[in-house]
Amino acid sequence: MARAEPAAAGSPALGLFPVALIALLAAPVLAGLAGVALPAFGWLPALGGERLSLGAFAALAERPGIARSALLSLWTGLGSALLAFVATVLFVAGFAGTRTFSVLRGLISPLLSLPHAAAAIGLAFLVSPSGWLIRLASPWATGWTRPPDLLVINDPAGTALLLGLAAKEVPFLMLMTLAALGRGGGAATAMVTASLGYGRVTGFLLAVLPRLYPQIRLPIFAVIAYATSTVDMALVLGPTTPPTLAVALVRLAADPDLAVRFEASAAALLQLGVTASALAIWMLGERAAAMLARRAARRGRRDHFDNALAAAGLAGTGLAAAAVGAGLVSLGLWSVAEQWRFPAGLPDSVSLERWSAALPELVATVGTTAALAAASTAIALVLVLGSLEAAERRGSKGLAGAGLIYLPLLVPQVAFLFGLQVLLLAAGVTPGLAPVLLAHLVFVVPYVALSLEDPWQAFDRRYARAAAALGASPARIFWRIRLPLLARPVATAAAVGFAVSVGVYLPTLLAGGGRVVTLTTEAVARAGGSDRRTLAIYALAQTLLPFAGFVAAALLPRLVHRGQRAAGGVR
Amino acid sequence: MPQIPAAVRLLAAAACLTTGLAGSASAADPSDWPGLLAEAKGETVYFHAWGGSEPINDYLAWAAREMAARYGVTVEHVKVGDTATVVQTVLAEKSAGRTTGGSVDLVWINGENFAAMKRQGLLRDAPWADQLPNFRYVDTAGKPTTTLDFTIPVEGLEAPWGMAQLVFFHDSATVAAPPKSAAALLAYAEANLGRLTYPQPPDFVGSTFLKQLAAELVADPAVLQQPVDDASFDAVTAPLFSYLDALTPHLWRQGKAYPQSSTALMQLFADDEIDLSFAFNPAAASNAIASGELPESVRGYVFDGGTIGNTHFVAVPFNANAAAGAMVLADFLMSPEAQARKEDAAVWGDPTVLAVEALPDADKARFAAATRGVATPSPAELGRALPEPHPSWMERIEAAWTARYGAS
Repeated sequence: MARAEPAAAGSPALGLFPVALIALLAAPVLAGLAGVALPAFGWLPALGGERLSLGAFAALAERPGIARSALLSLWTGLGSALLAFVATVLFVAGFAGTRTFSVLRGLISPLLSLPHAAAAIGLAFLVSPSGWLIRLASPWATGWTRPPDLLVINDPAGTALLLGLAAKEVPFLMLMTLAALGRGGGAATAMVTASLGYGRVTGFLLAVLPRLYPQIRLPIFAVIAYATSTVDMALVLGPTTPPTLAVALVRLAADPDLAVRFEASAAALLQLGVTASALAIWMLGERAAAMLARRAARRGRRDHFDNALAAAGLAGTGLAAAAVGAGLVSLGLWSVAEQWRFPAGLPDSVSLERWSAALPELVATVGTTAALAAASTAIALVLVLGSLEAAERRGSKGLAGAGLIYLPLLVPQVAFLFGLQVLLLAAGVTPGLAPVLLAHLVFVVPYVALSLEDPWQAFDRRYARAAAALGASPARIFWRIRLPLLARPVATAAAVGFAVSVGVYLPTLLAGGGRVVTLTTEAVARAGGSDRRTLAIYALAQTLLPFAGFVAAALLPRLVHRGQRAAGGVR
Repeated sequence: MPQIPAAVRLLAAAACLTTGLAGSASAADPSDWPGLLAEAKGETVYFHAWGGSEPINDYLAWAAREMAARYGVTVEHVKVGDTATVVQTVLAEKSAGRTTGGSVDLVWINGENFAAMKRQGLLRDAPWADQLPNFRYVDTAGKPTTTLDFTIPVEGLEAPWGMAQLVFFHDSATVAAPPKSAAALLAYAEANLGRLTYPQPPDFVGSTFLKQLAAELVADPAVLQQPVDDASFDAVTAPLFSYLDALTPHLWRQGKAYPQSSTALMQLFADDEIDLSFAFNPAAASNAIASGELPESVRGYVFDGGTIGNTHFVAVPFNANAAAGAMVLADFLMSPEAQARKEDAAVWGDPTVLAVEALPDADKARFAAATRGVATPSPAELGRALPEPHPSWMERIEAAWTARYGAS
């Protein structure tokens, strides 16, 4: 493909963007991993560890329940990813293009902005034995006048955590699948398979999915990496006897006895191994599924219980959306409940007192959260756009070192953040807003890149060529043609980045040393507290802030375009 | 928290990133009170204190306003989930060689964490708390735990802030005769399946519940006052663990899941999932009744043989950045005015460390005006508290508990 400008025209300053991008993302991850790997093998001179040994691993193995914790993480992570993936694919296969599809899609999309912690808290309010569902059905249907002693959440097998994670990941996978479907010409293929007599689901699974899958593989890997190592969702929904590995690791790292640091580092490496194993098992599953699919395709059967599969997909995604949505509603009810005793279906009395009491602190916390999110999103946009433009002028396809950019999505946070914390301390960096901003960037940038890369590549380069032919400089083409035409995807990427920053928990906690208070740290800190109404208020605020970002992303591009038309810039 | 300048602070912090924040060692001599006040003026004190309770957070917000108005000291309440993380932060700073400009100026602390910090040299080493002006009002004779924290001598390294005692709560409308001993508790659990539980150790209150049981069950409670002896640990704690083996299958969720904190326990109590709750703050239930979380009929009580009590303190780490400001804050928190406000059930309900009878009349009146909540036992009902065991017991009991019940 011809380029508007030869490579030499790329300004040297622009060439720094990809370098900065990789340094910013890969460096903390790799340094953090080194920061846990060395102590795990006994090397941390600051704490008197000056000889390499396997003592930390031996001590970790002695810890009661650690093997079970690791298995729990593997099982809940893989199980939830599989469940969310299957439900999403079956639903898309069975209903793409129908009215049901657009209705449910409209219901699910807003849930994308819902942070994990708020989703978990809402679900816990909903399904626990004294939760809203049982309150609504009691005592008239169940006969219960006091909550039954049922192990629903925090079950030792991690079922509640698994289902909660799956429900939370469905909207994300759905969005990624739809984006890939739009690019891949799935509708045309579906018409061909239908004309050959294949059922909707069978046709999709055998003909569309094989080409679609490579494009959603990275998001699925990110889901697996997250689900095997989540802390905030596991704290609310997960087992406690013992907890999942990530939670056990956080506790070890918080032990007042610093000698336990070595063990915590070994646990971080174990977490890395658990996530890597989960990804490896998934990849084996990919092969098995591909083999099965090829065999099925050769046999040529046109229908594999298509209606039942489609119904299962609808039920799965619908339930996920309903559960998370109802959880949100119960959050809203609790935030205004004055008294709400079991088994009343609705609060006995309501008041806005908690809201007004929480408001002063809430305003301050929203301010910090929004400032951090806006700053990290703005920096991420500059870096990603600059790197994409640099790649464009170099004439290369795609971002340089894309693998490194997505590293923070695939390496479990808990595995490298503690190493990073030790390094920051050793370097004399005071925990505070600046380290938090940097830590947020590590997670915001990959998601911004993930959202921007495809629309950027899909941009019709003939516009740029026409402008160049008219004598426009590369910079002018970027500012006056490319950026305005890509306003919508840029705004969406910004909203995604904003939401990621708002929802980030552990990096905020560790890099901020507890001093940097965001809506997410407050919500998680209060999840263990007694006042459910204040907790509900923080979880709601945590949901509404990124939601406002998505609304702004939908409205802003229109204003930009209108303004340009008015100024006569682009016609 | 200042509200608008979040973005400004962000920029300022970004500017500081590469250089690190420079800290300066301070003289902070409490024997020179006017000098200390002058040094404190303009300082920002990062007070690391548990942030899981709204009344406490509100009280600290009030204290911060007063400190700013009276002494020109800015107080930032860093809301902590578990004080052990604060100890760890200071220890990490010491390991990294940061002897000044530490991130913690004052920490709410007692017991095991105080013992750990004292042992590892993480506290400001010169005695300071007993030289503060308001320390003379502290009831060191009547409340011996103000100078002996979990059997460890305080030696002026932490300033007493409040009294705590394990208090149980029941709903008098549904449970007329709650269990008042370990044996009665077991009988109650057997008769009422799934209606009792406790916060999962090593949660502070969950561990205290185990200590309460131990004090009642071990053959000779006096051994708990000495450091744990490896050789006899199993034998001494055998009655405790055989009791727990009997109790666990009758617990809420058959002991397969536990609430993770005393506030989570209180929430289960409020949801009517369990029949008994307990807390270290005798006013915990009264606070919750006032805010509508618990029914009016909830009442507090202690076991017939007494319950464990202690004192909670504030301490200054060795590398505090604003030691002078921290000491002025500690003194203010110990003042009759702040203590009387804290004891008022409408504010927090935390019992005072002061000898109220010995106070000047005006201050005595402040305490007389403080209300006591409907579910808060009177000082007479609380009786004399049982002493805390030596901290080493708790570490061993927590580890043994986790191996038996916390790791399936």
